[in-house]
Amino acid sequence: MNITRTIKYEADRVKGFGDEVMKVPGCEKLKDCIQCGTCSGVCPLSVYMDYTPRQVMELTRFDFKKEVLSSKTIWLCASCYACTCECPREIRITDIMYELKQRAIHEGVYPRKFPIPVLAQEFEKMVTANGRISEMPLVMKLFMKTDPLGAMGNWQMGLDLMKTGRFSLASEKINNREQLAKMFAAAEEKA
Amino acid sequence: MKYSYFPGCSLKGLGRAYEESLLPVMKHLGVDLQELDDWNCCGATAYMSVDEAKACVLASRNLALAERDGNHPILAPCSACYLVLNKTKHYLHQYPKMKATVDRALNAVGMKCEKDVPVRHPLDVLINDIGLDAIKMKVTKPLQGLKVAPYYGCQIVRPYATFDDQANPTTMDRLLEALGATVIRWPLKTKCCGGSLTGTIPEAGIRMVYILLNEAKKRGADCLATVCPLCQFNLDGYHSAVRRQYGDVLLPTVYFSQLMGLAFGLPDRDLALNRAAIPFRWRPSSPPPAPAQPPAAKSVAA
Amino acid sequence: MNSNREELRIGFYVCHCGHNIAATVDCAEVARYVGTLPHVALSREYKYMCSDPGQELIQQDIREHKLNRVVVASCSPLLHEHTFRGATEAGGLNPFYFHMVNIREHNSWVHTDRKEATEKAKALAQAAIERVAHHKALEVKRVKIHADVLVVGGGIAGIHAAMTMANAGKKVYLVEREPTIGGHMAKFDKTFPTLDCAACILTPKMSEVGNHPNITLWTYSEVTKVDGYVGNYKVTVKHKPRYIVEDACVGCMECIDACVYKTPKFEDEFNEGLGKRKPVFIPFPQATPQVVIIDPETCLNLKTGKCKKTCVEACADRMAIDFTQKETFDEIEVGTMIVATGFKTFDAKRVPAYGYGIYPNVYTALEVERLVNASGPTGGEVITRDGRHPKSIGIIHCVGSRDKKTNVWCSRVCCMYSMKLALLLKEHTGAEIYNFYIDIRTPGKGYEEFYNKLLDEGVHFIRGRVGEVTDWAMTPEEEGKLTIRVEDTLAGYVRRIPVDMVVLATGLEPQQDAQDVRRLFNLSCGGEGWFLERHPKLAPVSTFTDGIFIAGGCQGPRDIPDTVAQAGAAAAECLALIDKGYVEQEPNTAFVLAEECSGCKSCIPLCPYTAITFDESSKVAVINEALCKGCGTCVASCPSGSIVQNLFEDDEVFSEIKGVLAYD
Repeated sequence: MNITRTIKYEADRVKGFGDEVMKVPGCEKLKDCIQCGTCSGVCPLSVYMDYTPRQVMELTRFDFKKEVLSSKTIWLCASCYACTCECPREIRITDIMYELKQRAIHEGVYPRKFPIPVLAQEFEKMVTANGRISEMPLVMKLFMKTDPLGAMGNWQMGLDLMKTGRFSLASEKINNREQLAKMFAAAEEKA
Repeated sequence: MKYSYFPGCSLKGLGRAYEESLLPVMKHLGVDLQELDDWNCCGATAYMSVDEAKACVLASRNLALAERDGNHPILAPCSACYLVLNKTKHYLHQYPKMKATVDRALNAVGMKCEKDVPVRHPLDVLINDIGLDAIKMKVTKPLQGLKVAPYYGCQIVRPYATFDDQANPTTMDRLLEALGATVIRWPLKTKCCGGSLTGTIPEAGIRMVYILLNEAKKRGADCLATVCPLCQFNLDGYHSAVRRQYGDVLLPTVYFSQLMGLAFGLPDRDLALNRAAIPFRWRPSSPPPAPAQPPAAKSVAA
Repeated sequence: MNSNREELRIGFYVCHCGHNIAATVDCAEVARYVGTLPHVALSREYKYMCSDPGQELIQQDIREHKLNRVVVASCSPLLHEHTFRGATEAGGLNPFYFHMVNIREHNSWVHTDRKEATEKAKALAQAAIERVAHHKALEVKRVKIHADVLVVGGGIAGIHAAMTMANAGKKVYLVEREPTIGGHMAKFDKTFPTLDCAACILTPKMSEVGNHPNITLWTYSEVTKVDGYVGNYKVTVKHKPRYIVEDACVGCMECIDACVYKTPKFEDEFNEGLGKRKPVFIPFPQATPQVVIIDPETCLNLKTGKCKKTCVEACADRMAIDFTQKETFDEIEVGTMIVATGFKTFDAKRVPAYGYGIYPNVYTALEVERLVNASGPTGGEVITRDGRHPKSIGIIHCVGSRDKKTNVWCSRVCCMYSMKLALLLKEHTGAEIYNFYIDIRTPGKGYEEFYNKLLDEGVHFIRGRVGEVTDWAMTPEEEGKLTIRVEDTLAGYVRRIPVDMVVLATGLEPQQDAQDVRRLFNLSCGGEGWFLERHPKLAPVSTFTDGIFIAGGCQGPRDIPDTVAQAGAAAAECLALIDKGYVEQEPNTAFVLAEECSGCKSCIPLCPYTAITFDESSKVAVINEALCKGCGTCVASCPSGSIVQNLFEDDEVFSEIKGVLAYD
């Protein structure tokens, strides 16, 4: 029989992780969380999450970095902001999710083969290079990386898009890409 | 009235029907829209997940462009663009560190972002700048008998409810009533459409689409009206996936701008109605006697 | 007494207040520094100056070191000025040769840098040393206390306070703005945790109040003006027209039967709008006084003048109905007052996610109190607005409370009343009851036991703040029901629970007009709008205005036992003042130097206490010492500088400024 030992020791905490997150602009109020569960109660995606948003708040506050950053929860957040608007402690939960996503990408600990972080990174790459998104090429890339066969399952949609004149593989670009590159370089300079 | 029009990537791609219908409608109302020259991606959810600071840099380039080109209010029809541009403005006000980063980036290319240019949604402009009375005057083919479920989605009322009520927005309700349509009251009008999860995690995304379509249909809607290209794409484009899993809930999803164009009597070819997977066809059964104009105040109490 | 001629010998004491001051201020350094100042005969530091040995020290030093001025640097004068003046007097000096410096609230509690805080303490101490040199001996005056009392608000707090004082033989005016006394408690069905019937324990007290020879009960009346000061208040009370001659009405209700409206048609306020009443009505069977009232908003005759006035016919010879009534005023004199104006319940529409006002079967707790009440609109039958007998009921706790978007405070009574309603609803309907809570708070006698009883009875408790209440169904069993979506935080699952009825445990809020009442009685409010007590622990029913006390829900959310205890305490405070017979008045009043007054009268309209009059014979302004509160407005405004205020004379104030500036 397969059983798991779930006790958490103090050594399992990455002390300081919670404090670090709570210092990020927009994430300060996590300190005030009373674990009421409103966030999970209003979240349309909480039913798919490995930890509910409330649990993510508590795990973050208590420095359980590995659990949080490798969770699917942060990637399932669709940024609908329902939790942020309803939280009785005015915790900007959506923004905390963004912060955790960034950290997961930075540390490369997001769940493998999980399409959402892949999409986010492909999106970022494309915009950084071109200044704009070309939706079809982006979707193609995503499927190539996560589920090459899945693309086939969507033939009906592809057909619909072609019929309605929305299927385009052209690459959208801004003219002044050089300017944008300069801006990114300057932004990264001192930070 | 002059606005810097910020289409965003979607309105040039999958959501082109939104642009194709919004522009003629605005022109018909005498609104001067000048597309922002060489605009770039707003930053969007996906970019924010990777690097928030760079996302703010992206957004602020657009703000700076608008400032440079006459400092007219930005009109951002896409909900995600609307949110990200506003969120960035918020961050620039609230977080000096973020502002320093953005200023550094802008300085490097000789641009500035300090005039606090307003970022507005078409619904806001239609209701508050143009006004329902002016809109009613343009209605020549009222949408009498058409039952529409207004679907606002998330990001135009959350988290920054600037022009409408967060819990129960009514701007689109009032607009649709002014067009002569019957507005369906339903509790899901600000629920999430699933966003990009329809593509990435279909078991979650498709179900969310199904819930919305099913509930609107149950309440007797002839169509859903949206304000966002992603919402429209999800609700319209995934119908076959929904049918495979949950059975048929065929219900067309149109942009509010397309309904406006119909009511204004603009030619169909100007409204891009042929760009939807589930076709929307509607003709008033008989030529209406006079434009029906239910009092706007009534819908507020919904 | 001419202090300038005798050699000044000032004693200075700096208090550690445990760690409160000493942790931030170097007290030894302050004492050393002050010791070097001229006229300072001795300078000490001590751990607790307010302690008996601390006070003893002052007395002893006065005698042994022939001190003639005393300065203590410690906490706020609000707390211990009285103490140290007493010690100074006990040492044989006039108490006003004492001056106090606040180095706690003004210094150690608000600064973190020890060095700078110490410097500030030295500067403040030097100012006091310079000032006290100019102090004069003053006399405390006694003012008589009028023995009558005014109680404002006729809820359980006002009722209990009025009865206590009336039983002690005092004459009490009880003013209530509604047509009957009883307040919120009269609407309750049962009371927690004992489940006594609220009416059974309240209505006897109400009728006792109505019949008590020492109580003048004025319902449908409001206080409009308060003048005077402790012991001698003049209060104006407005009586709103109820279109009934109270003395003539015997409460037979024949006029109600005779009303041209054959069936009740208008929203019944007492039943929270769940029932109907006529334009002429009695709020509820045990209303006190047992007098009907005519509502001018709905009465046909008062609205249009066109009515057969069948009510007047029915009343016949008693002639109790008087459509010509106008509002009238009474002016009364009282020595003390108790403000017990209560609370209001949170407006559930402010939390749109819970659907109140959208879905008919969402109720507030107060509505349910009426619904389960035998004399309520349904005679105690729990039947929803759409005519159902609920088989499952969800009770949502903390509605409007503990939420930064609405009210941040815990309303204290909701956990208990929710459980009470859960039990009553279960008894009435046999339904499955779900309580949705964030934390269960049962800190009262017998309260936790009550919680246990509910668990035994099979009432469900789900720990999670409800996300939304909706009528949109996902499963067949949700069809036609209200569905509650919530995270069961203990199980770790998001759940959807369909119910027939939702009860919102709305919190408590300050009354809508709390700010007006606050100004009327010169009270203070906390940031949330609750009336502020003088000290949260040691003067819980006193206010910052002498002779005015507060009790009950106007001071903060509280349940009936606590309200009654507080009302008793407020009554005792009034009785203590009345039986003492007098109060001592702070001599910091202003007076006019008659020979210098030009008679310009500019001070007269400025005085907020109308204490200044003009003496036509001598053509000078005169200040009534008893009315003067020592605010200093006239002193500052007098163009000829001919008004002087005790304890704030020019040389006292200027030397204090000089002292603080001299330090560098």
